[in-house]
Amino acid sequence: MATETLTIGKALNTGLRRALENDSKVIIMGEDVGKLGGVFRITDGLQKDFGDQRVIDTPLAESGIIGTAVGLAIRGYRPICEIQFDGFVYPAYDQIVSQVAKMHYRSGGKLSIPMVIRIPYGGGIGAVEHHSESPEAYFAHTAGLKVVTCANPQDAYVMIQQAVASDDPIVFLEPKRRYWEKGQVDLDAPLSEAYPLHSARVVRPGTDVTVLAYGPMVRTCLEAATAAAEDGRELEVIDLRSLSPLDLAAAYESVKRTGRAVVVHEAPSNIGLGAELAARITEECFYSLESPVLRVTGFDTPYPAARVEEEYLPDLDRVLDAVDRTFGW
Amino acid sequence: MAKGDPGGTTRSRRAAPRSKKGTAGDPELVQLLTPDGERIDSVTGPDGTEYRVDFTDEEYRGLYRDLVLVRKLDAEATALQRQGELGLWASLLGQEAAQVGSGRALRTQDMAFPTYREHGVLYCRGIDPIMPLGLFRGVDQGGWDPNEFKFNMYTIVIGAQTLHATGYAMGITMDGKTGTDDGEAVIAYFGDGATSQGDVNEAFVWASVFNAPLVFFCQNNQYAISEPLERQTRVPLYQRAAGFGFPGVRVDGNDVLASYAVTRTALDNARHGQGPSLIEAYTYRMGAHTTSDDPTRYRIASEVEAWQAKDPIARVKAFLEKQQIADAAFFAEVDEQARRESVHLRERVLDMPNPEPVTMFDHVYPNGSPLLDKQRAQFSRYMESFEGSAH
Repeated sequence: MATETLTIGKALNTGLRRALENDSKVIIMGEDVGKLGGVFRITDGLQKDFGDQRVIDTPLAESGIIGTAVGLAIRGYRPICEIQFDGFVYPAYDQIVSQVAKMHYRSGGKLSIPMVIRIPYGGGIGAVEHHSESPEAYFAHTAGLKVVTCANPQDAYVMIQQAVASDDPIVFLEPKRRYWEKGQVDLDAPLSEAYPLHSARVVRPGTDVTVLAYGPMVRTCLEAATAAAEDGRELEVIDLRSLSPLDLAAAYESVKRTGRAVVVHEAPSNIGLGAELAARITEECFYSLESPVLRVTGFDTPYPAARVEEEYLPDLDRVLDAVDRTFGW
Repeated sequence: MAKGDPGGTTRSRRAAPRSKKGTAGDPELVQLLTPDGERIDSVTGPDGTEYRVDFTDEEYRGLYRDLVLVRKLDAEATALQRQGELGLWASLLGQEAAQVGSGRALRTQDMAFPTYREHGVLYCRGIDPIMPLGLFRGVDQGGWDPNEFKFNMYTIVIGAQTLHATGYAMGITMDGKTGTDDGEAVIAYFGDGATSQGDVNEAFVWASVFNAPLVFFCQNNQYAISEPLERQTRVPLYQRAAGFGFPGVRVDGNDVLASYAVTRTALDNARHGQGPSLIEAYTYRMGAHTTSDDPTRYRIASEVEAWQAKDPIARVKAFLEKQQIADAAFFAEVDEQARRESVHLRERVLDMPNPEPVTMFDHVYPNGSPLLDKQRAQFSRYMESFEGSAH
């Protein structure tokens, strides 16, 4: 078994390489994805090996990237579009929400747009404005789009290939501050036998509180679980992985055992994923709950200046504080 | 190039020096058939291209038939809306020549990306005119398989389809399907209002730098709902192409022959690998923007009357009569065919069934969604709870 230690970034790069190898209709397009390999080097070396007809440096206009990718998809291609940063996706919002998401529906099922829109998202890298946002709720709210995010190198490698192979249009959110984190990746396991793309996964079993997280917050919650264990509390941490559709079977089962749930995300709380998760858990687990579902999130401000982002972002202490509060009812 | 009012006759067959000035309404345009039905043998465009058509009598009669039919079917749809059978209709009245001319210029292998008003192009592609009416009746989303008909779904968001057309055209290049007589080309339809959209300008950039086999076909019908051309531009629209690095030409959009000639040339250039071009079909929206609009609030009757004198069908009829290409029996037969087809269309619109409500859950995702499965099941149970009761 070929298992290698890779960063999330390199795992994505390797997964993209596999996708290009496996299907000649797969193309990559975006700003600086060619010679530069993308500003985060996720497409490093791919243009050199697959040519500039398959790894395409585009003009600098996001709506153009997504809109032309729609046309290429109609032509039979499977475009992987890179949006350079979360805060730059909004010029493409119309094309994503009104065109990509609705084409299959409008055509009565006769046309599919098998497109992956990769977006590095989230904060924690000391960036200037528009480089640290968490726009997942905008896309998860849109019928016709699916939204996934990875939290470790193995998932990064597998999920990007699964997303490319899917005929659904998928927004693929990459936790940019975790790009450099390493883990073991099994490069040979067949994709057909991989864990399903739109399934959540329990990443740490526990008995006292259920913690739901995704993307960059999974690691934060695992660290919180380690700290909580030292205090005698066992947190069960679930990596949601798929934000649309949500897979909450494991969450419901868990909350029915623990009676307590904490949802953690970087995005602001108001009308966010946490609200949906809290509502669904309440509907399914009402008689098991010992406490309201609590949310630990970014605040309802614009993403703040880098020197205060540590205070804006949920961290280990804020997660543990919420865990404590679930015992206050 | 014919200069002056499109109603005038040509004064020169030589390439006229390009005016560097001009306003948005500058009437310089390529014309092969005057409003009086006079034929102009050939016209030289701004870049020296010679435009001419060489139709047989049968083909001339065919174009006339197309024009009359699309106008009649369009009028029928407007009537259906007025009678409450359609929720909305976007009439092409006045733009028949631009649509029939460009639509007939397409070769079988070419792909078209329409707005929501290209009923005439749709007809010329040999597509059943009933196809988009589900959208306007509200019984479906109006969709079809774009690849089956080489005609994309109608696009309502202004200008969005120009990027789709550009991407599709890039795909043609990537597939190696340019450079020969049987190469493929794409035509993207949009209007004068759309030229202000970012998407259209991005499409111009993309098409240019990727040398896409694409014809941008702008029907400048003078109004974006209520806003006149001057609110979108202070230069003639076709001149914008120069700034993007490809040719632009303005054609008399009420002249089916010139619209055909200019489009056929542009498409053939594209399919041979010569890249994109912009055609501005200078025309006029004789009716309302849609059936929800009231143009008397923003334009004067004399303006409409002036354009009435440039009617795209009357000039073809005058030409056919003068040249004795068609007789009264022919015109009567075409009118009768138009009447028959419009009655047939009406009958089929009235027969369109309302969809079952539960079908709203269909085709959201190619691979489905557990959330929708759950909602569909809940909705079905809820609906079944009424069965047997007089709700």
